[in-house]
Amino acid sequence: MSATQDLTLVGAVQDGLRTEMERDDRVLVMGEDVGQAGGVFRATEGLYEEFGENRVINTPLAESGIVGAAIGMAAYGLRPVPEIQFSGFMYPAFDQLVSHAARLRTRSREQYTCPMVVRSPYGGGIKAPEHHSESKEAFYAHEPGLKVVVPSTPHDTKGLLIAAIRDPDPVVFLEPKRIYRATRQQVPEEPFTIEIGDASIRREGSDVSVFTWGAMTRPALDAADELASEDIDVEVVDLRTLSPMDTDAIVASFEKTGRGVVVHEGPKTGGLAGEVTARIQEGSLLYQEAPIARVTGFDVPVPLAQLEDFYMPEDTRIMDAIREVHAF
Amino acid sequence: MSAFQVPSPDDRVRILDESGQVIESATVPDLDDDSLVGMYRDMRVMRRFDERAVNLQRQGRLRTFPPLAGQEGAQIGSAYATDEGDWSFSSYREHGYNYVRGVDLPSILRYWSGDERGAAVKGTNVFPLAIPIATQIPHATGTAWAAKLQGDDVAVVCHFGDGATSEGDFHEGLNFAGVFDVPAVFICHNNQWAISVPRERQTATDTLAQKAHAYGFEGIQVDGMDPLAMYRATRDAIEKAKAEDPGEPRPTLIEAVQYRYGAHTTADDPSTYRDEAEVEEWRRLDPLTRFEAFLRDRDLLNDDRLEEIEAAIEKKIDGAVGRFGDDPEPEPADMFEFVFETPTEELRKQGAYLEALRDRYGDEELRS
Ligand SMILES: Cc1ncc(C[n+]2csc(CCOP(=O)(O)OP(=O)(O)O)c2C)c(N)n1
Repeated sequence: MSATQDLTLVGAVQDGLRTEMERDDRVLVMGEDVGQAGGVFRATEGLYEEFGENRVINTPLAESGIVGAAIGMAAYGLRPVPEIQFSGFMYPAFDQLVSHAARLRTRSREQYTCPMVVRSPYGGGIKAPEHHSESKEAFYAHEPGLKVVVPSTPHDTKGLLIAAIRDPDPVVFLEPKRIYRATRQQVPEEPFTIEIGDASIRREGSDVSVFTWGAMTRPALDAADELASEDIDVEVVDLRTLSPMDTDAIVASFEKTGRGVVVHEGPKTGGLAGEVTARIQEGSLLYQEAPIARVTGFDVPVPLAQLEDFYMPEDTRIMDAIREVHAF
Repeated sequence: MSAFQVPSPDDRVRILDESGQVIESATVPDLDDDSLVGMYRDMRVMRRFDERAVNLQRQGRLRTFPPLAGQEGAQIGSAYATDEGDWSFSSYREHGYNYVRGVDLPSILRYWSGDERGAAVKGTNVFPLAIPIATQIPHATGTAWAAKLQGDDVAVVCHFGDGATSEGDFHEGLNFAGVFDVPAVFICHNNQWAISVPRERQTATDTLAQKAHAYGFEGIQVDGMDPLAMYRATRDAIEKAKAEDPGEPRPTLIEAVQYRYGAHTTADDPSTYRDEAEVEEWRRLDPLTRFEAFLRDRDLLNDDRLEEIEAAIEKKIDGAVGRFGDDPEPEPADMFEFVFETPTEELRKQGAYLEALRDRYGDEELRS
């Protein structure tokens, strides 16, 4: 077995970047404060010292410039990994992502492509200032031509990040900052990949399937553990990739349990719980024993810190929904 | 085209020298004694408030706080130059300006404690601060434009940092201001750093002020740690903005050259990117020290008066922290209340669901 190291999720981001930059000198990191300071979450710590200012680039404060320039670099043959400091500040770059990154391959009939990974910390739960807590993964998953990855463990983070960097198409890599340092895990020192588009069963169960991703994986597992004492056997499926979505894994789990709950932090209306539900309905309608429940953020701007806990789904709310679906 | 020159650092507007003496060629703005002392007092209020707020953050009572120490001169000087009825837009670090314009200290604490009730203060014309960098700049242009279209005698002051000048919104906001000749004063607080990124990394131009040239209006560099120079520059810009026939474009870009002494926010550790010696260098230009020397020279301040001011400030800030502490907690139902004028059916349903959860499990459970 190859050597491993004990890493947090953010440590795995740093390690994934480093091992891939060592292997492939076309890979470069760019963004606000990613240089000497190592990024506001220390995700690029040490990289500037190791790879120098032409591969770890502090940019002016301009997200459209960062992503737009990365598209040009990618088209020229580099493998840029731009960082957007918080996903709430992605919007100036939205035009570049949607109008160009997502469709460069299509509109040029593959003469030009955009192998780029836009990394960004996202999601709530750390009582951060305004605009720092949103979960807008549905925006990106809705855009044809973008892949969307959300890891939930240190191990997956490294494997998925490397897969994203090697992917021939643009990937939005959303890092659940709430769990950046929540857990540690043994992660191989060598580069390795986890296939984009593959969900992971975090806990097997036979009564109710919970589908989730990112930071919601933890409360979903906690809810599952607690409900074991009420004789409800819960399966937890971590989607890991939101686009493409692992329909087979979703359908297989649902066909086993016949009951489903989808959990995400983003607002309910237009959220990806609707997408998961539709895939179940298309793929395994006749297995359905109960309405599929959605445990999500509310359809409101994410409240500031003092009310954030009431916005975020957590284990109590998840258990409430599982019980209801189970009792139906 | 216009008569103004591309500003160079040699033309920086300054009234007080490093020791607080009036520079030979400069004239002191026509401010009465109470206003001069008032400016000093308010700068000192903010310096002290800053320290208290950083401590409150350490105690966990604020979630984050962006200190302004070093930047009092630019904020208080420009605030004193703003007329009653004018509007203002800011980023997150300009609570000194906003305080003078009527935003009370407890509201500032509320906002940074994570309570929306601190975000907007009635009757101030101070727009809620904008955290996404530079996004407030086009708003300021639009409000100034609206005031002009309505024929109102209103100017708009807009604050932002050096980093903000790299965003598209900076360009678009200033470009519109030039094209539509709106009564706006853009104050760029060049505190040398955008978190860890130095000013040289934002732009290859010599000054930030010179960018105004590209939009067809005047840009000037001012010693932002000289409150009198900031007062003068802002006052001139506001008068030009409001003049019947200014004879030149109405908008102005003021680059206030200054320094942030502290961390970017309480979440930042500046030792990873800058040298403490640089901070000490800039402290020699400290706005409070220089202005105090100026006022002492004019016999407007002495040790006794200072002691009185100091005591009054302590009391004021204690009172503000006390009132902030007495706030009842915000209501979870508030979340749904202000999304639209009339909550939608779906929002009502979601609100009722949250209330049912609270009844069933209690707030402690939902918070964990
Ligand atoms: C659009 C956007 N991108 C990134 C950020 C994260 N961020 C917050 S403050 C900051 C630096 C701002 O520097 P500057 O404009 O010079 O203002 P200062 O903080 O120095 O007052 C950054 C990058 C943000 N708030 N908004």
